[in-house]
Amino acid sequence: MLQIIQPSQAGTVESNDILIILTPVSADKGIHVELTSPVLKKYGRQIKNVIQEVLREQGIDAVHVAANDRGALDCTIRARMMTAIDRAAEEVLG
Amino acid sequence: MMNGVGREIPESIVGIKNVKPYIGPFSYVPTGRLTGSAIKVNKPRSEKVLASIEQAIEASGLKDGMTISFHHHFRNGDYVLNMVMAVIAKKGIKDLTLAPSSLNTINEEIIPYIEQGVIIAVETSGARGKLGQLLTSGKLSKPTIIRSHGGRARAIECGELHIDVAFIGAPACDTYGNINGVEGKSACGSLGYAMVDAAYADKVVAITDHLVPYPLFPISIPQTQVDYIVPVEAIGDPKGIASGALRISKDPRELLIAQYATTAIEHSGYFKQDYSIQLGSGGASLAAARFLKGKMQKQGITASFGLGGVTAPFIEMLEEGLIKAVYDVQDFDIPSIESIKKNRNHQEMSAAFYANPHNGGPIVNQLDVVILSATEVDVNFNVNVITDSNGVIMGAVGGHQDTAAGAALSIVVAPLLRGRLPMVIDQVHTVCTPGETVDIIVTERGVAVNPLRADLKENLKAANIPLMDIEELRNIAYEFAGKPDPIEVSDKIAAVVEYRDGTLIDVIRPTA
Repeated sequence: MLQIIQPSQAGTVESNDILIILTPVSADKGIHVELTSPVLKKYGRQIKNVIQEVLREQGIDAVHVAANDRGALDCTIRARMMTAIDRAAEEVLG
Repeated sequence: MMNGVGREIPESIVGIKNVKPYIGPFSYVPTGRLTGSAIKVNKPRSEKVLASIEQAIEASGLKDGMTISFHHHFRNGDYVLNMVMAVIAKKGIKDLTLAPSSLNTINEEIIPYIEQGVIIAVETSGARGKLGQLLTSGKLSKPTIIRSHGGRARAIECGELHIDVAFIGAPACDTYGNINGVEGKSACGSLGYAMVDAAYADKVVAITDHLVPYPLFPISIPQTQVDYIVPVEAIGDPKGIASGALRISKDPRELLIAQYATTAIEHSGYFKQDYSIQLGSGGASLAAARFLKGKMQKQGITASFGLGGVTAPFIEMLEEGLIKAVYDVQDFDIPSIESIKKNRNHQEMSAAFYANPHNGGPIVNQLDVVILSATEVDVNFNVNVITDSNGVIMGAVGGHQDTAAGAALSIVVAPLLRGRLPMVIDQVHTVCTPGETVDIIVTERGVAVNPLRADLKENLKAANIPLMDIEELRNIAYEFAGKPDPIEVSDKIAAVVEYRDGTLIDVIRPTA
């Protein structure tokens, strides 16, 4: 299980990329995703799903995610999330 | 009722007279007679030149509730529309219908006049930016009417769009109202769209920054149609009116699309001596012009005419003798403007000659091949060029419907994905051009031929291009991006999209 202990970011705001900024929050705050995207109406739901999915897979249950999407595909979103988590988290004993 | 492309069109729409659903590209048969402008008189030695726009508005008799028109040849460098609207607003005239041939981002300045009720309705080929957002919002009391260039000429000539006062930006104008677009600091080349307005509006006001002694030559819009002339400092920004010749794209994806498109033309059966062609101004189209030129030189083929929306690659081919003549409704760059001025085989034409479906025959009917762009295409080959991925107006129909219907071979080029957005999908958000007039979709990952064109499919088997069904193209796009969620819209109708024959092909509703 991972815990977000420091702010981090990964990605860029180039076309087809996504900038992910993670900010630690207290455990009772849970997960909050703030998304901006030019394709919000068509893919907003799916982008949020991918972000939630990666957090779930990594066992993270409290973090604030600011995602500035520029039309990234799911594989890119996933990769940027993994890197951001790697830069922000520390393993905790469950 | 369901129209011919499967869109639900209400039987009546508030603010739209005589709703007719689209049936097929040539199903609607018009009856009746053409309309005309008010009868004019001008006694010898009377003065048409007035001191200000305000005087011209007063002289024209412009009143609340009337319809005014403009033309968009100055593109994003246009000063005329904003300048005239500011004076109209100041005079307290209201409830006007604004019917320009199109709107550009620069025209965002008129948004306050729409909000204040100076303008209560808009009829245009398209709009962009904040103006597009406003026209999609449903805040206007009447739905915006979107028409193609040919459809607008038709509506004016048959009286569906009656223009009370036309304001014409005149790059060169003499003291008795003869106008051309090729001289002066704001030269824009062809005045094709304005020609129809000048011929049919009750009153015609020329606004010029290059007033010359009588007589002007050559004449595009004649003195017989012009009532008043107003000299001003500037009618446009030359930098916004025309760019230098655009560089041919280095984007490998655009080049691949252009290569597939030209290979498809080469094997289509239409690529022979004296064929005719129209190309768009997008990156892939410009690259296609270059590739096509190479194929023509190699095979010793020359074209009978080129049609447009004219750009530098066409002029190059014209001057090298590869195209016999160019017919021109609008110019996009400086080489094209220079060419229409000096080349006798570069012919200016009106929007009606170009594309009005209800006359003795527009030139699009003689067209063999057209390459068009698209915002979205669906598995029924319907094309959207007006609304963006959020369902908001951000483009223009232009000559899309007209050339697709007229040309023997209409090719739509688009990348399969723009960012995350698939360009081939199940259903386009707004149908502008019906699939039955679209023959081939070219993307960088594959080329789909409309099943209605079995002949074409047969011809293209020999071509070295990745042919596939349109559903396969959609599937590839969805594999990368996922299936897009539909855009939620409200019940209101913010705009109607007319087909070129005046029937309704789709409606645009405000997004939720």
